[in-house]
Amino acid sequence: MTTAETTVQSEAIAYPFNSSEGLGLSQAYQEARNRPGLVRVRMAYGEPAWLVTRYAEARLVLGDRRFSRAAALHRDEPRQGEGRRNSGILTMDPPEHTRLRTLVAKAFTVHQVEKLRPSVRQLTHELLDGLEAAGPPADLVDRYALPIPVGVICRLLGVPEEDRPKFRAWSDAALSTSSLSAEEFDRNRDELRAYMAGLIEIHRAAPQDDLMTSLIEARDAGDRLSELELVDLCVGILVAGHETTATQIPNFVLTLLDHPGELRRLREEPALLNGAVEELLRFVPLGKGASQPRYATEDIEVGGQLVRAGEPVLVAVGSANRDALRFDEPGKLNVARPATQHLGFGHGVHHCLGAPLARLELQEALGALITRFPGLCLTGDVVWKDQMLVRGPRVMPVGW
Amino acid sequence: MTWQAEIDGGRCIASGMCAGIAPDLFALDAEHARPLADEVPEEERVLDAADSCPAAAITVRDGATTVGPRP
Repeated sequence: MTTAETTVQSEAIAYPFNSSEGLGLSQAYQEARNRPGLVRVRMAYGEPAWLVTRYAEARLVLGDRRFSRAAALHRDEPRQGEGRRNSGILTMDPPEHTRLRTLVAKAFTVHQVEKLRPSVRQLTHELLDGLEAAGPPADLVDRYALPIPVGVICRLLGVPEEDRPKFRAWSDAALSTSSLSAEEFDRNRDELRAYMAGLIEIHRAAPQDDLMTSLIEARDAGDRLSELELVDLCVGILVAGHETTATQIPNFVLTLLDHPGELRRLREEPALLNGAVEELLRFVPLGKGASQPRYATEDIEVGGQLVRAGEPVLVAVGSANRDALRFDEPGKLNVARPATQHLGFGHGVHHCLGAPLARLELQEALGALITRFPGLCLTGDVVWKDQMLVRGPRVMPVGW
Repeated sequence: MTWQAEIDGGRCIASGMCAGIAPDLFALDAEHARPLADEVPEEERVLDAADSCPAAAITVRDGATTVGPRP
């Protein structure tokens, strides 16, 4: 058996491995998966960490209560940017985490979210009508990928959609990695909080049929969360509720354009769509690298490596999703792959709250687009997001 | 006093949520999660797990009455 004493590298290696431009998974992950034990890595800021790259260990670390997110608050958490992300619900453990999560969980269950499908479908068709009327080329990000999740989350939460330019800038900064100093990062967070606090006051004075109103009710009538928790929860839902999906829509389109055989198959067999979205969630590594390290609360062996109490562990879900021990031909995109339990939405108590909504939006956005435009193609160079936690096109010119 | 907890394997997406919230009551050690016993204590955590399941796959009953997930 290998232990910390026998396998520890002489020096932690620089992390993250993936490049910002493109959607590839670094070769370094495959090498790490094939080596016993864990990899010792160091990010631009914070203390060194262990890196998990295989599926079984990823599920262990994300799912086991002996790994804590809250502990990161008291540590020099490994991170890409200088700013500290005290991200509310994402830096909590049960039972505190459960208290907040249960307040919003009901709005995002499969059953609840399915009711939104007709309106999401209508939105995709309206946007495609607009693109068709204006004629090619068009920026798929600005004209299609962003308006869908922004429109949906604004209505669900109770945020005016016309404020999109405002909160887009804040949201971009909130997910930025290194272009901001700690002071700029904090100022940005304060502006976003002030904006949301203003909206909460408006809803308090005039309750509406939306999630913000029901959270205000939980605070004011049930005293189930603090005012700051209320603000941060709404901020978190707004940011997480659109950025990732808006990024994955063009990512999935690019990936399918890169795999014309799979795209053709999907067009010929539309019944494959939902499975294809799951396969794309598995195949496309959204993040530049793992973030949100978990801290061991006791000594635990992970994949042949002894992790000591107090040590941080990063989990690379993009790599775990390509683990040959779990998936056949993991490096191959197969839109007809039988159901898999990929980790694209994470795992455990922090499993993506909005996963059912994201699935629905991705299914509707992708299905409508490839059906309406059989000749969909790139008409220019993709401009990639830079220095962001998520990877994807900032601008993606397409024709049809 | 106890309730009965059931997990619908057809709905469960193995998010790991229930086993994370109440590891002494739920386990995810196979393709789908399962309650560790048919009878569960009448605790808030059980209802929390049912409320938090993204697939709404957990049903908690008190005899013939469904108590979780809460409406």
